[in-house]
Amino acid sequence: MSVSSSLPHESAGLHVTGQARYVDDLPVPAGCLHLAFGMSSVARGMITAIDLEAVRAAPGVVAVYSAADFAVMPDCSPSLHDEPLLAVGEVHYLGQPVFVVVAESHLAARRAARLGRISYDERPAILTVEDALAAGSRFEGGPVIWARGDAAEAIAGAERVVEGSFEIGGQEHFYLEGQAALVLPQEDGAVVYSSTQHPTEIQHKVAEALDLPMHAVRVEMRRMGGGFGGKESQGNALAVACAVAAARTGLPCKMRYDRDDDMMITGKRHDFRIRYRAGVDTDGRVLGLEVTHLVRCGWSMDLSLPVADRAMLHADNAYWLPAVRIESHRLRTNTQSATAFRGFGGPQGMIGVERVMDHVAHTLGLNPLAVRRANYYPEASEAEAGPGEVTQDEPEVTGADRDLTSRGAVAEAGGPAPRTPRDISASKKTTPYGMEVEDFILHGLTEELQKSSNFAARQAAISEWNSTNAILKKGIALTPVKFGISFTLTHLNQAGALVHVYQDGSVQLNHGGTEMGQGLHRKVAQVAAAAFGIDDGRIRITATDTGKVPNTSATAASSGADLNGMAVKAACDTLRGRIAAFVAEKHGGTAAEVHFAGGKVFVGTEELTWEQAVAATYQGRVSLSATGFYATPKITWDRVKGQGRPFFYFAYGASVSEVVIDTLTGEYRILRADILHDCGTSLNPALDLGQIEGGYVQGAGWLTTEELVWDAKGRLRTHAPSTYKIPACSDRPGQFNVGLWQHPNREETIHRSKAVGEPPFMHGISAFLALSAACAACGPHYPALDAPATPERVLAAVARARGPKTACNDEL
Amino acid sequence: MHVTLTINDTKHSLDLDPRTTLLDAIRSHAGLTGTKKGCDHGQCGACTVMVNGRRINSCLSLAVMHDGDAVTTIEGLGTPEALSPLQAAFLETDGFQCGYCTPGQICSATAMLEEIRAGWPSHVSETLDGPALPTEAEIAERMSGNLCRCSAYPNIVAAIRLAAAEREDAA
Ligand code: FES
Ligand code: FES
Repeated sequence: MSVSSSLPHESAGLHVTGQARYVDDLPVPAGCLHLAFGMSSVARGMITAIDLEAVRAAPGVVAVYSAADFAVMPDCSPSLHDEPLLAVGEVHYLGQPVFVVVAESHLAARRAARLGRISYDERPAILTVEDALAAGSRFEGGPVIWARGDAAEAIAGAERVVEGSFEIGGQEHFYLEGQAALVLPQEDGAVVYSSTQHPTEIQHKVAEALDLPMHAVRVEMRRMGGGFGGKESQGNALAVACAVAAARTGLPCKMRYDRDDDMMITGKRHDFRIRYRAGVDTDGRVLGLEVTHLVRCGWSMDLSLPVADRAMLHADNAYWLPAVRIESHRLRTNTQSATAFRGFGGPQGMIGVERVMDHVAHTLGLNPLAVRRANYYPEASEAEAGPGEVTQDEPEVTGADRDLTSRGAVAEAGGPAPRTPRDISASKKTTPYGMEVEDFILHGLTEELQKSSNFAARQAAISEWNSTNAILKKGIALTPVKFGISFTLTHLNQAGALVHVYQDGSVQLNHGGTEMGQGLHRKVAQVAAAAFGIDDGRIRITATDTGKVPNTSATAASSGADLNGMAVKAACDTLRGRIAAFVAEKHGGTAAEVHFAGGKVFVGTEELTWEQAVAATYQGRVSLSATGFYATPKITWDRVKGQGRPFFYFAYGASVSEVVIDTLTGEYRILRADILHDCGTSLNPALDLGQIEGGYVQGAGWLTTEELVWDAKGRLRTHAPSTYKIPACSDRPGQFNVGLWQHPNREETIHRSKAVGEPPFMHGISAFLALSAACAACGPHYPALDAPATPERVLAAVARARGPKTACNDEL
Repeated sequence: MHVTLTINDTKHSLDLDPRTTLLDAIRSHAGLTGTKKGCDHGQCGACTVMVNGRRINSCLSLAVMHDGDAVTTIEGLGTPEALSPLQAAFLETDGFQCGYCTPGQICSATAMLEEIRAGWPSHVSETLDGPALPTEAEIAERMSGNLCRCSAYPNIVAAIRLAAAEREDAA
């Protein structure tokens, strides 16, 4: 049986021989045209004139479109309909598309796009948190506030109060394959090839732009060269532009952003400033916590509201917070529209409370791990019964926005009124948003990791080492992860599948999930192979296709295998039931007794090959095609009240990082990382290990070397890998031990596995806090390290730790 | 301009704008799309190919500079039926996730192992006059020009070590 085995990626043979095709590799039909955007050169202003004469006259140019060429400007937003394909009247960020060139070649389009002359009446750009707060530039009427108890009173009554403010940078996705789309016009619609995590969204936006029903547009997606959230909504503009140009010219149209354009145009992870004030007892137990998230959302709404919500939902991470107040400001700035990125706000929310734990421990002179453990939610006991009854609310989609399959769909013009603090009585297992943590396993998991990583001994050795080394300092940190699994927009937690069994016994599998390297197709194929008791080789997964499985949700929120695996299983179970019923009737026995294993079908005393059983069923005139459907049970979420059970379950893990810093230069290395991560009963341990290792490195990259810099004019200065540093092979921890915590999921997920796409990303937090610990070893003060911890920031933190008197020369 | 390239033992006579990069010539004119474009700036390594046996970033080189040269791309290293040792090793260790960096990683690693064999030192080599060994540190250093955003690095390094070890055994 192939579930829970480490079979390689489904396209492995194609990948290693260069035969795996991505959108940019597809052979294009003759006459295919290529598109490029002409971009705004100011961050904010009114457009006073657009002169495109030189662009039109450039060699190879077929057409040029700007706002003047549209009666209604097509929209690319996944939420508020606030993202015109091309700027209309005003520009909102430096890099915003203003016109689009359609030319005979990619190069001709790009060269011509440089020739546009656009005049602006410039306005002062709102770039920073301060700018936005001063101008009242924000989404929704005011901050969103969720609270439990009276945090201010709890803090006032606490023995110690710890407070601070903390910068957390954004992150460029840097999917190695840039955004790309290819549109083939049809006699009554369009076929779209798009590198997207959300084919249904592309279908919806293209249909809207062409003023066609969705049935006239078919979107196909075979694979992406990485997505990480950056292809959930950011591919809309390319597909819509190509669709419009293809409709107007009658020719196939293709668009691919070059790397610099990609980085200038598309959104990134939201950067945050987090302010915190915690009241604690002498053991470091948090009695009350106030947190404020100041979120830079960029120029349009995109998915910012659910991202900021998820940050709030992870402001507790693994900790019971008796009295808590979380305030979230969604600030509108004249920068790229921040978007989904692995973790979807969760990492930012989580690192906020991890910073609080670190600061509390430092202030009280306690071991940070002891403080963390003192604040953990209580461990779920083995015997504990399943979750109680939860009433299912109706999905709350209303209003004019019919972009139902987008995570931004709840957004309505004007936004909901600010929420008022509320009070509920809660057990120590209750999150700030009223969900019971029924599956908490971090006590046991942490203990095992402490042992396997030899944590206590290494911590002691490091403080010993630090006492004898003046220039180099080491740091170690253990941080936990508790990450909620499900889309917080409840109705997105559904999936469909279409399974065909052909008369020769081969199986074709279609589902709504997209493959971006996470191995989703492999996992789903394993599920089908297990259901039919056949070899994986008999199963083929086709490209994701909106013509085969409709109304899909984005492959996001780590939900790919959970949702699509269950839908595929449902379809396979239906087909297996039909085959079983047929062969039982023919050979005797009951359908329930028919058994599928090892390529055989066992019926009564007889044994058929899978192929024989299939052929016989076909000849018996029984349908061998079935759809499957799955909707996640138990979840219900009221985002206005901030109450409910937004998550089906939590995925857990913990990691230990050890680093060394050079206090003269601020440079550092990650010496060793140990991770223990919960995948439930892993569907494919090799794929899961890959996700965990990759997640850690990407998470550590976010918090260390990956720095986005905008200048005073709002121009992104880090728009290529020369200036934006993602981790390279040599940045990997010197020693890297990753283990799976293999215990079945309490909830009935696909073969009791757990989602693994996003949660490991947050293990990178331990690398950051190890750096903080190393800085703290330089002096008596709290280093208050900001992220990303570039060498400059490490030096600043070292100076803060030493304090005003001992800075620089005294120490040496 | 007229340029003749021998790509994977096949002669290609191409009529090119002199500004065409070797990468674009391979992908768009010779129609071999296995070599990928990650940045087009010489910074990611996705476009790595071998020219006369040495690895280069094909996006940083003009096709006209290679008139008469022998270019090896991922397609020339092996096929699914007959994998090269490194291709087989990447398959064995699952040395990728999305696969977009993979052709560049494999071409780069193929040439890199030759560099080690020829005794070229690297930044982390203990001595400058060899012999260089395919250790983890050497591989990480010498492969740091090939970015993998999925961070499949542990398995990439494992694949290269595996291929290196197999070659030692065979030698
Ligand atoms: S595409 Fe050549 S190095 Fe990135
Ligand atoms: S496998 Fe995705 S970039 Fe390397």
